[in-house]
Amino acid sequence: MDINDLRSITTVLSMLTFLGIAWWAYSRGNKGRFEEAANLPFAEHDDEGAASSTSHPR
Amino acid sequence: MSETQTTYNYKVVRQFTVMTVIWGIVGMLVGVIIAAQLVWPELNFGPWLHFGRLRPLHTNAVIFAFGGCALFATSYWCVQRTCHTRLWGGPLIPLTFWGWQIIIVLAAVTLPLGLTTGKEYAELEWPIDILVTVVWVSYAIVFFGTIAKRTVSHIYVANWFFGAMIIAVALLHLGNSCEIPVSFVKSYSCYAGAQDAMVQWWYGHNAVGFFLTAGFLGMMYYFVPKQAGRPVYSYRLSVVHFWALIFTYMWAGPHHLHYTALPDWTQSVGMIFSLILLAPSWGGMINGIMTLSGAWNKLRDDPILKFLITSLSFYGMSTFEGPMMSVKTVNALSHYTDWTVGHVHSGALGWVAMVSIGSVYYLLPRLFGKQEMYSTKLITVHFWVATIGVVLYIASMWVAGVMQGLMWRAVNADGTLAYSFVEAVKGSYPFWAIRVLGGVLFLGGMLIMAYNMFKTIAGGNTQDVPVVAAAAHHA
Repeated sequence: MDINDLRSITTVLSMLTFLGIAWWAYSRGNKGRFEEAANLPFAEHDDEGAASSTSHPR
Repeated sequence: MSETQTTYNYKVVRQFTVMTVIWGIVGMLVGVIIAAQLVWPELNFGPWLHFGRLRPLHTNAVIFAFGGCALFATSYWCVQRTCHTRLWGGPLIPLTFWGWQIIIVLAAVTLPLGLTTGKEYAELEWPIDILVTVVWVSYAIVFFGTIAKRTVSHIYVANWFFGAMIIAVALLHLGNSCEIPVSFVKSYSCYAGAQDAMVQWWYGHNAVGFFLTAGFLGMMYYFVPKQAGRPVYSYRLSVVHFWALIFTYMWAGPHHLHYTALPDWTQSVGMIFSLILLAPSWGGMINGIMTLSGAWNKLRDDPILKFLITSLSFYGMSTFEGPMMSVKTVNALSHYTDWTVGHVHSGALGWVAMVSIGSVYYLLPRLFGKQEMYSTKLITVHFWVATIGVVLYIASMWVAGVMQGLMWRAVNADGTLAYSFVEAVKGSYPFWAIRVLGGVLFLGGMLIMAYNMFKTIAGGNTQDVPVVAAAAHHA
């Protein structure tokens, strides 16, 4: 096994890791927690100085 | 600051935010000067202020001074507010601000003096490189230290982008700045020949990919939802967007070296990864723009949102143009022409500057205890002046670039060149003049912003506000 095999394996593993991440991100079981994460910037009262009428999520 | 409540550290955000505007004006002024020097060569004064000395000063000032301060300001704001904790790091925090300002001043002194490594976007000589390393490592400690003591479990996606930017830039800076000092102000690269070129453009392209893209995408993922008042279009897409960028960007560098001594297969790999990059780039752009879906009316009367959304349009445009230009046959026409300069500025002015400007307009009133900017109308004026400036700039460079490429490759029936180089220079003049106009407009917009900023700051209070406990806020 020479260094090029190692390089090929790294490429393939990276691809599989990426596909795994995509599958994980879109799996049904994780829908809720990602929706919650999306609301993280809004998990605060609007007390940051500028009371804009648009700074709350739906 | 009360004893019973922890507050956010707004001081450092305030410092970086104000300096973003100041350095933006300085860097863009130098840009206008060198653009004018191309039209009126008489403007090249003395040994220190000619085009060759000022051009690296312009790029360093806009990328690292303007863009850098914007990244520090927005990442320090975002990480505190989405981690619901005060910035961690004690004396390291002011060190990042003052250290970064000293680096900028040193660059402004050494580059006109001609002290340079000659590596694009990495011109600063070795003592300054060491200072950059110290400040950047402090930045990493502050940023990741703050994330470590967060009071919520999830790390918001914007912080992932900022964090990736910090790690990647550290890696790039250390890799490319490997150099052997021969005196206090002169060093030579550790690498030689084609390898030196490859390392340089591994650095150069990823400086674009991580400093100028990942960091500003972090800005996008925080400030677009905040200003629009609704969460990002798809958080799951943002996760895939992040990892796709991480896995592909590192390999695109060779497209800067098409048809050079770099091995042909390496050029092809660079081209293919550049083409792949279109997917994550557009995924991110769509994610940002679609955040407004169902609330497009907000775009009509909110000039800050106009800046943010227009920046994403330019991001989409330049990340389509980039992969196209990386195709070898297209590159054979575009390389070394003003088309490249136009492409860079559609990214730098249209995307990076506009998303920063929008974010700074969001931050300023909040940092100085005001309800809103001194004048919303002036933000609108700024928006239109800047947009017209960018369009003039990139359109003139497209025309000039394609014309140059066609003239350089034109041959007579007997195989001799149809045009001498100077004929292409002569043909470029009108377009270079239009570029000056575009640059002046963009700079004018920044001056309007500075006026608006100082009016907003006047009489404002600079008290830090208490850390907000994470509310159980479910979708």
